[in-house]
Amino acid sequence: MTDLFVAVLMRDLRLAMRRRIDTLLPLVFFLVALSLFPLGVGPEAQTLRQIAPGIVWVCALLASMLSVNQLFAGDQADGSLEQMLLAPQSAVALAAAKCCAHWLLTGLPLIVATPLVGILFGLSTPALLALVAGLALGTPILSLLGALGAALTLGLRSGGMLLILIVLPLTTPALIFGAGAVSQVEAGLSASGHFSLLGALLILTAVGGPPATAAALRISTE
Amino acid sequence: MQSNPVTTPETPAVLGSLPVLRAIGLGGQRGERPLFERLDLALEPGSVTWLRGRNGRGKTTLLRLLAGLASPTAGEIRLGGEAGGRTAREAGPAWRRMLVFIGHHNALKDDLDAGEALDFLCRLSGARPAPERIQAALARLGVQHKRRAPVRTLSQGQRRRVALARLALALDQPLWLLDEPFDALDADGIATLNALLAEHAARGGATLLTSHQALSLAHPVPRELDLDRHIAATQGRPVPGTDDGRA
Repeated sequence: MTDLFVAVLMRDLRLAMRRRIDTLLPLVFFLVALSLFPLGVGPEAQTLRQIAPGIVWVCALLASMLSVNQLFAGDQADGSLEQMLLAPQSAVALAAAKCCAHWLLTGLPLIVATPLVGILFGLSTPALLALVAGLALGTPILSLLGALGAALTLGLRSGGMLLILIVLPLTTPALIFGAGAVSQVEAGLSASGHFSLLGALLILTAVGGPPATAAALRISTE
Repeated sequence: MQSNPVTTPETPAVLGSLPVLRAIGLGGQRGERPLFERLDLALEPGSVTWLRGRNGRGKTTLLRLLAGLASPTAGEIRLGGEAGGRTAREAGPAWRRMLVFIGHHNALKDDLDAGEALDFLCRLSGARPAPERIQAALARLGVQHKRRAPVRTLSQGQRRRVALARLALALDQPLWLLDEPFDALDADGIATLNALLAEHAARGGATLLTSHQALSLAHPVPRELDLDRHIAATQGRPVPGTDDGRA
């Protein structure tokens, strides 16, 4: 099982290194979308600070969804997906490797870029830490759910839009608790309850997501 | 026990003379459209079976059924020849471990180089071929000089050769399912593939392949499975459980 996981993960990372521009696009989208808000809402510091956590979460969510679209499509088009499903090891390892690769290439760069965004919106250090911690727990959830949506909509003509419509409702708890944690900290309260719930969500999706994704892949390729 | 006429005495059939894989009463469909039904087939060690049929008859569908990529509408697929042999579904990973499926697509990533792409395909089946073996396999197919070249820069024929180089490494898998393997190959490539098929048969492996051109393989003599003829025959006979066709 680990053989398949490592082989697929390493291949995806290697492919990403060869297509650096494509790999950077979600991060660029995240930063550009975020920088539009001060322009649209106005430069008032108090308002920006208040809406920042929600905006960062929504942009992270959209950046994840836009990039997860291609997670299996390319492999299906060139026959790689069939070969991966023919591996003797369980397809759950394949699904897990794909989620892991997506998070490393999309979620992790977003987390790293978030302190920069914090400066842009004038967040206090504790609020920024809460935002980063929330994203660290939340972006893997987005990758896991996104992969499930991508597998379900694989091969459909309007798959991209459908994927977003399927996955967005599922991600709302992560969004609420992630953005809520920052508000708690800003109000001087403890955010541990929010983080616990985010952690529970992460465990739930990590356990349930890859098997469901594997099953959806088998159905999509039949 | 019945002996296999194809296997020569100096190359004993590793798997005995029982079929590597058997399909009983198999029915297949693509989308909602039924393609064939009540198909029986046995892939015996040391045999090469040529799956024939016009376009759209379900050749690829049959190969995908036998590889486990799709589910049959009826019938079952059994590993080994005994009546009590496991169905392929029950065998699961053991089934996938014993087969190599090379589809119409080459499954090579454009951005990998030929050696990496081949190495990845081998790793999927749990093998970890040494770099020298990858090099030897590519050399066997005449594309060793392309090892460091991105797949993107290869011609169709060269891509096919890289995909087929897997066969030179697939010594442990007794069942090869090949969809149009001769596609895009030149005369030299066809000769190499024929040699690989003959060696596989001599090891006691079974091959099922589709091809629109007549096979030039001399030994073993390919058996034919004609889907056109099968469909004509089964459609003439009454289908069990229905009243039509009795006259």
